[in-house]
Amino acid sequence: MKGTYLGEFEEVVLLAVAIRAGDAYGAAVVNEIEQQMGRSVNLGAVHSALNRLQEKGLVSSEMGGMTAERGGRRKRLYKVTAYGQRALEEIRQLRNQMWDAIPKTAWS
Amino acid sequence: MPNNPPRPVGPRFATYLLHWILAAHRAEELEGDLDELFQQRVREVGLQQARWRYIRDVVSLLRPSLMKRNTNHYPNPAITTMLRNYIKIAFRNLAKNRVYSFINIGGLAVGMAVAMLIGLWIYDELSFDRYFQNYDRIAKVMQNGEFNGEVFHGEYNPAPMGTELRTVYGDNFTHVIMSSWTGDHILAVGDKKLTKRGNYLSADAPDMLTLNMLSGTRTGLKDQNSILLSETTANALFGDADPVGKLMKIDNKLDVKVTGVYEDFPYNTEFRDMKFIAPWDLYVASEAWVKRVQDNVEWGNFSWQVLAQIAPNADFDAVSAKIKNIRLKHNPEVAFIKPVVYLLPMSKWHLYSGWDKVGNLEGRIQYVWLFGIIGVFVLLLACINFMNLSTARSEKRAKEVGIRKAVGSVRSQLISQFFSESLLVVSFAFVLAIGLVLLILPVFNEIADKQIGILWANPVFWLCGIGFSVLTGLIAGSYPALYLSSFQAVKVLKGTFRVGRFASIPRQVLVVVQFTVSVTLIIGTIIVFRQIQHAKDRPVGYDRSGLITVAMNTPELHQHYNALRDDLIRTGAVIDMSTSSTPATDLNSQNSGFDWEGKDPNFKENFGTIAVTHDFGKTVGWQFVKGRDFSRQFTSDSSGMVLNETAVRYMGIKDPVGKQVKWNGKPYRVVGVIKDMLMDSPFKPVYQTVYVLDYGWANVINIKLNPAHSTRESLAKIESVFRKYNPGSPFDYRFTDQQYALKFAAEERIGKLASGFAILAILISCLGLFGLASFVAEQRTKEIGVRKVLGASVTNVWALLSRDFVVLVVIAFGIATPIAWYFLNTWLHKYEYRTELSWWIFAVAGLGALIVTLLTVSFQSIKAALMNPVKSLRSE
Repeated sequence: MKGTYLGEFEEVVLLAVAIRAGDAYGAAVVNEIEQQMGRSVNLGAVHSALNRLQEKGLVSSEMGGMTAERGGRRKRLYKVTAYGQRALEEIRQLRNQMWDAIPKTAWS
Repeated sequence: MPNNPPRPVGPRFATYLLHWILAAHRAEELEGDLDELFQQRVREVGLQQARWRYIRDVVSLLRPSLMKRNTNHYPNPAITTMLRNYIKIAFRNLAKNRVYSFINIGGLAVGMAVAMLIGLWIYDELSFDRYFQNYDRIAKVMQNGEFNGEVFHGEYNPAPMGTELRTVYGDNFTHVIMSSWTGDHILAVGDKKLTKRGNYLSADAPDMLTLNMLSGTRTGLKDQNSILLSETTANALFGDADPVGKLMKIDNKLDVKVTGVYEDFPYNTEFRDMKFIAPWDLYVASEAWVKRVQDNVEWGNFSWQVLAQIAPNADFDAVSAKIKNIRLKHNPEVAFIKPVVYLLPMSKWHLYSGWDKVGNLEGRIQYVWLFGIIGVFVLLLACINFMNLSTARSEKRAKEVGIRKAVGSVRSQLISQFFSESLLVVSFAFVLAIGLVLLILPVFNEIADKQIGILWANPVFWLCGIGFSVLTGLIAGSYPALYLSSFQAVKVLKGTFRVGRFASIPRQVLVVVQFTVSVTLIIGTIIVFRQIQHAKDRPVGYDRSGLITVAMNTPELHQHYNALRDDLIRTGAVIDMSTSSTPATDLNSQNSGFDWEGKDPNFKENFGTIAVTHDFGKTVGWQFVKGRDFSRQFTSDSSGMVLNETAVRYMGIKDPVGKQVKWNGKPYRVVGVIKDMLMDSPFKPVYQTVYVLDYGWANVINIKLNPAHSTRESLAKIESVFRKYNPGSPFDYRFTDQQYALKFAAEERIGKLASGFAILAILISCLGLFGLASFVAEQRTKEIGVRKVLGASVTNVWALLSRDFVVLVVIAFGIATPIAWYFLNTWLHKYEYRTELSWWIFAVAGLGALIVTLLTVSFQSIKAALMNPVKSLRSE
């Protein structure tokens, strides 16, 4: 397993996969990120991130059925693994911990 | 689809790029994603923008992590993978059909081995004499002319020819060499005496022939009393000691000093028999008649060979043109034969010398062509087998082709599969063929009188061998490759695939070609052997059994004729002894200058002339038709003459006995006429010959052994007598019947080679036929089963299966007969004494081919006919 460090974009992609639970494939993830973050992303960036996540064991994938809207091509459906879920939760917990540690005086 | 306007698609070039660069297993999902996003963007931001984004996405996808091939799920379809698969399938096919594989590989290997042998033989023939560095500049001095309407070419030259060329035409020549002929001589060192073949040559011969000197120098021949030995001769005479400077004797009379040892001439050179070289000057000094002829500049005695190397700037045609009238100039009285002196270059000595009566070339080159053609044909037969069997099996492979096509093979892949399969078989065959050649070469060398080896180190040989194997593989594989790959997958797999009615026609044509070649070769072999037998059965006019000849090689033998004869007869081992100018198997002297009563003054006569002694007749057992033998009781017989029957007819005189015949003015009286004695070639008519008494003109001793004693005992006794009278020479003798048999050597060689090739051709054809028959029997298993159930007998089925093949062989026979007749008729016309082309020879050959065919086919058809129909009908 590669290092468990999760880059910012990887985290976003992992979150998008979780949001589109059950129907997370390349194009859907692109749409999700664009909608959520309002910025355009490259398909290549998404796929390469998905690839890395799968290598780290944070997502798993399988080929889905054919759909007419894709010209009869199948799509690869991604799913967050238990380990992926724990990684997301850890990040969130870490962030919360850090938020909590910010002294009130910092914002004055 | 509901959308009426055509669905927009992203830029094609980008999609191509994607497919080209990205891993195949990702292409589908990525393309799907791209397409989905593209459609969505067309709706949201318009086509232009969508196309732009599409390209950007594609470019962004071209990253190493996405290009990585996934090896776990799919094999990597590189070219070697497919090739591995082809070879694996090929091996499995070979192993599964052992009989077919054996026939295919074995047949092809035999064909290739034959082609290789013939190729090596042709190479050897073409490289004849190339050992000599001056190959391009050496020539024989020859002359041609016309005598009694027949063109002749001769390489016998008068003694002054050498001097004439050297002095008058010296500018054109680097070397002019006089040569006695290579003949037997006795070499003696101390008590060691050996008979070796050697030659007397002018002193610069070693330079012209570029002898490879192992010790001594090429100038060694300049000293009159010197000798050069070949390596083997030097070893035989001196063992390991250095022979240079040692003294020895030639023919027990000439003392010479060894001045050099040269490397043996290779077997494929003109001079391979020349085991020693002595100086021409020594020859002239030791032979009084040669000295006389040379000193008196006699142009009329043609007894020697003249070799020459032309000057670097000269060419053969130009020099020939300059010297062509030499003979006319020096003896103008022979102008009526139109003599022309010319040079025959070394490159033509071996293959292009030999002329028929009208002057057409009849050299060995014809055999080179003949065997070349046979080789090509035998190879063709083997290739035909291969093609035939592969196409015949095509129906079995059809399912495989169907499945391969369904799975996605394109035609070019199938073609390359079948080509690689045939190349595999060919490479097996090539290796096997080399093994076969190694095995056969010793026998082949003996039959063909050659010393050929495989040219392991010669790149040309390998280039030819491998190039030729590849070519064979491609030709042999082309038909199955192009034919099988054209099958339609759907039809094949549905089972509706049927080869058309005419699919077997090419196969049948090939079988006909095979058998045409085989039958032609069978007929040819029979005729060659018939011709040899015909000549062997010829009456020879004397008795060969127990007759031996001993060469009179030392002066001692000439002095004690009567004492030697008495001693020999006293041993009891010998019935009689005589001397003669030539052995009974050789007619080496012809002369003109005869005159007789009633001769047409314009008749240019020529007779074979032989000197004998009183006892010659009893020794060889000649038979008289008229008159009597020479006898000591008539002293007048010293000028007596015996004619043969042909001579009597030739002279056109009736009742010849007692008539006078003059030879060079000297009168002879005819005492008897003998039945023709066959002394020259057994394929020619007997030559008109006269026999005269002359005890001085004697070259051989003829001895008739006593049949009451064993040959070995007799020879031992004779040897002891010869030791006494001829101490200077080893006792060497020749059996006349063996010498006689040598006259058939050339024809027997052709006969043996032709029969060998014929047998191989038939073998190959039968292998092919066997394969085809087994295939047909297998294919018709069901049909045979049904027929048997309905009551067909074994004979019916056998006839049914054999008929097709018999028809083919009969057609082949019909084609082969005129071809064979044409070629053999031409061949036979070369011989004046020849057998006839009887119809029964053709019948026998045809019948033989038919029987062989039936035997081959019957094995399979009877096997098929005996099969239990329950078994053959049950399986599907």
